[in-house]
Amino acid sequence: MLAYIARRIGIVLLILFGSSYIVYNLEAFSGDPLAELRTSSAKNRDFLIAQMTRELHLDVPPPIRYFDWLRGVLGVLTGHADLGKTRDGLLVVNEISAAIPVTIRLVLGATILAIVLGITVGVITAIRQYSRLDYTMTFISFLMFSLPIFWVAVLLKQYMAIEFNNFLGSGQITVPWMIGAAILIGISVAGIISGSRRRVWFIFGGAFVSTVILLWLVNVTDWLLKPGLGIVGVGLLTAGISVGIAAIVVGMENRRVVLASLTVAIATVALYFPINALWSAKHLSFLALIAPMLLLVVLAIVAAVAFTKVDRGSAIRTTVITSVFASLLLLIDRMMNTWSGYIHSDGIDLRPIPTYGTVSVRLSSDNFWINLMDGFVHVLLPTIALTLISFAGYVRYSRGSLLEVMNMDYIRTARAKGLSERVVIVRHALRNAMIPLTTLMAFDFAGVIGGAIITESVFGWHGMGTLFRSAISSQDLNLLMGVFAITSFMAVMANLVADLLYSALDPRIRVSK
Amino acid sequence: MAKDKKNEAANSSTEGENQIELRETAGLSQGQLIRRKFFRHKPAVASLIALIFIGIFVFSASGIHLGTEKAPITVQGWWKYTITDIPDSTFCKDSVGCPTWSHPFGQDPIGRDYFALVMRGAEQSIMVMLVVGLIGGILGTIIGAVSGYFRGWVDAILMRFTDFIITIPSIIIGAVIGFKFGNLGVVALAIYLGLFSWTGLARLVRGEFLSLREREFVDAARVAGASHTRIIFKHILPNAMGVIIVSVTLMLAGAILLETALSYIGFGVQAPDVSLGSLISDYQDSFTVSPWLFYWPGVLIIGIALCVNFIGDGLRDAFDPRQRRQISRKELLKATFRTPTNDSKSK
Repeated sequence: MLAYIARRIGIVLLILFGSSYIVYNLEAFSGDPLAELRTSSAKNRDFLIAQMTRELHLDVPPPIRYFDWLRGVLGVLTGHADLGKTRDGLLVVNEISAAIPVTIRLVLGATILAIVLGITVGVITAIRQYSRLDYTMTFISFLMFSLPIFWVAVLLKQYMAIEFNNFLGSGQITVPWMIGAAILIGISVAGIISGSRRRVWFIFGGAFVSTVILLWLVNVTDWLLKPGLGIVGVGLLTAGISVGIAAIVVGMENRRVVLASLTVAIATVALYFPINALWSAKHLSFLALIAPMLLLVVLAIVAAVAFTKVDRGSAIRTTVITSVFASLLLLIDRMMNTWSGYIHSDGIDLRPIPTYGTVSVRLSSDNFWINLMDGFVHVLLPTIALTLISFAGYVRYSRGSLLEVMNMDYIRTARAKGLSERVVIVRHALRNAMIPLTTLMAFDFAGVIGGAIITESVFGWHGMGTLFRSAISSQDLNLLMGVFAITSFMAVMANLVADLLYSALDPRIRVSK
Repeated sequence: MAKDKKNEAANSSTEGENQIELRETAGLSQGQLIRRKFFRHKPAVASLIALIFIGIFVFSASGIHLGTEKAPITVQGWWKYTITDIPDSTFCKDSVGCPTWSHPFGQDPIGRDYFALVMRGAEQSIMVMLVVGLIGGILGTIIGAVSGYFRGWVDAILMRFTDFIITIPSIIIGAVIGFKFGNLGVVALAIYLGLFSWTGLARLVRGEFLSLREREFVDAARVAGASHTRIIFKHILPNAMGVIIVSVTLMLAGAILLETALSYIGFGVQAPDVSLGSLISDYQDSFTVSPWLFYWPGVLIIGIALCVNFIGDGLRDAFDPRQRRQISRKELLKATFRTPTNDSKSK
C-alpha cells in the first residue's frame, strides 16, 4: 500500500513538472509582457523596460527561466515557497493566500449544498423510478445541466436581489402573487405525489389552500420583516426531524431509539432560552457560539446510551444527526431574529440582498450576528447560482448509481430474506451506490480552490478565479503559474485520494496491481 | 393472504414484461433494436427534431463564415442584414431598438440588427460544438482504443499523457488558447479546444477495450489471422460504439457551454465577430432597459444544450441492454391475458 502511494506520488510529481513546463512556455511565448511598455509614451520608458526585465528576469529565455521558477516552488520543502513577483512587484504567494479564503467562502457552501440536495433528490427519484416526480426531476436536472451560469446570475441579480429588495419595502404579499404561488406549489406537490386523478386533485386543493393560509399568516404577522421560528417552531420542527431521522436510520419499530431521538428534541426546547441568552451576549466568543451545539451532541450520545442496550452504534448515529439538525435550527432561528435589526441598520436601509462584492462597505456594526448576516446575504446569490449548476450532476449520478445497485443479486437476496424495504435501501443499496460518487466528490472539493472564474467575475469576488483571469489578460506569467500550480496540484491529489478512497470503500478493488 | 397475492401479481407482471420484450425483439438486429429503442424515447426524438430545425434555421439565416479576418470564406444567408450593417433605428413608445417586424429580435444600442447578431453567434457556437466533438471524438477513440487494445507500455505512456492533459484544467487551457488564438477565427479556436477535450472519452474507451479484447469473438478473429487494425476497427470498435456516441454527445453539450463561458469572460471569440457568450456579456447591463438583448442568446444556448443532453440520454438508454423500457399497464394486461397457459406452465 505504502509502496503504491509512493509510486503514485512520484508519477504525480513528474506529471506536474511536465504540465507546468508546457504551460509556462506556452504562456511565455504567446505574449510579450513588455508590449504595453514598448508602445507607451512615458519619458522613462527605457528605464521601466529595463526595470521590469530585471525584476522578472526577462533576459533569460523561458525554457531556462522555468527552472528558476521551479527552484522557488521547491522552496516549499524548506518552508519558504517563492512563487516570484507579479508585474506590479507584489509577491505572488501573498496574492494567492489572500485569494484562497475568499474563494473557499464562495464555493464551499455551494459544493456541500449541491452534494446534499443532489444525492437526496437522486435517491428519491431512483426509488420512484418512472414516476411523475422522476420525469419532472429528470427534466429539471437536464435544464440545469444546460444553463450557462453567467446568464442565470444576471437573472438572479434582477429577480432575487433588486426586485426582492423593492418588494421588501412593503413586505406584504399581494393577492395575485399569493394565488400564483399557491397554484405553483399546488402543481409541484401534486406532481411529486402520484395517484389516481381524484387523489391528485385532492392533493392540489390541499396544497393550494394551505399555501394561501400560510402566506396570509406571513402577511398578518409581518414575518418577512420580522421573521423567527420561536420556541414553538423550533420545538415542532426538531420533533418532526427527530422522528423522521429515526424512521430512516433505524425504523419506527425501534421505539427506544425514537424515544432517545425525541429526548434530544425536548432537550433542545428546554435549552432554547438559555442558549439564546448566551448567544445574545455583547461580545460573543467562538467558544460561546460553539459550546451549546457541542452540549447538544453530548446530550444526544448520553440519551442514546441511556435508552438502548443493543445496537448502540446506530442509536448514537440517529441522535447525533438529530442534535446537529437541532443546533442548525437554533442557529437559523437566531439568524432570523437578527434579520429585522440587519435590514434596518445604516448602510442597508431595507435593501438587504446585494448583487456585488463580499461585504457591505457602509455597514459599521460590532455585533457578531449582524456581521454574520452581512456575510450570509453576500454569499447567498453566488451560492444559489453555483448550486443550481452543480446540483444536476449529483442528481443524475446518484440516481444512475442507485438504480444499477438495485438490480444486483445481493439486493434480491436481501429482499428474499424478508428484510424491510427501508433496510434494503438504506443498509444494502445506498451504501454501495455512494461508492462511485466519492470520486466525483473528491474532484469537486479539489475544484473548490480553483474557484469559479465566471461566478467570481459576475458577482465581483476577488478570489482565485479573478487572479487567474487578470493574470492571463495582463500577461502576468508568475501569477498565472502560481494559480496553475495550486489548482493542478489539487486536481492530481484529488485523483489519488479518489482512487485510495475507492479501494478503501470497496474491498473488491485493489489499488496495487 | 394479502401479501401473497401481491407477490403473485408481481411475479406475473415480471413474466408479462419478459413476454412483451421477447415478442418485440424476435428477429431484429442489434442496430434495429437500438434504433427502435431510441425512437421510443419521446423527449430524445423531440430534441433531435428541434436541434435539426435550429441548425438548419441558424445556418441558412446567417450563412457560413470560415477562415480568418483577412482571408474570409463566406456564404451568405437569407437574412437581409449582416452583423456590420447599421440600419436606421426604430423607435417605440419607451425604448429604442425594440423588436418590430423588420427587426424581430430588436436592435442593439449601436443600431445593428440583433437577429443577425444572434444568428451569427449561434452559428459560431454550433460550429465550435461540432468541431470540438469531431476532433475530441476521433482523438479520444483512437487513443483509448490503442491504449486498451495493446496494453503494456503503450497503455502506460498514453494514460500518463492523458493524466498530464487532465492536470491542466480545461478552462485554463481554453483561456490561454482563446486569448492567444481567438483572433484566428472560430474554427481555429475550436480545433485547439478539441485537442484538449478528448481525455474523458479516451479513458472510457480504454476501459471498454480492456474488457472487450478478452472476449471470445476477438480470440476467434485473431485465430482467423485478422490484423490488429482489423480487429480494432471491425471487431471491437462497433461493440464500443455505444459508449463513444453517448460520451461524444455529452462532450458536445459541454463544448457549447465552455465556448460561451470563454467568450463571456472575453477569452473566446473576439470582436468584431460575435458569439452567444459575448453577446450576453455585452448586453447584460441593458437588462432592465431592453431585456430582449439579454434573453435571446441565453434561450438559444439553453435550447441547444438541452436538446443535445436529451439526445444523449435517449442514446444512453437505447445502447444500454439492461435498461428496460417502462411497459404500460394496458400492454401488461394484454400480455398477461393473451398467454395464460404459458403462465401456468412455468409455475
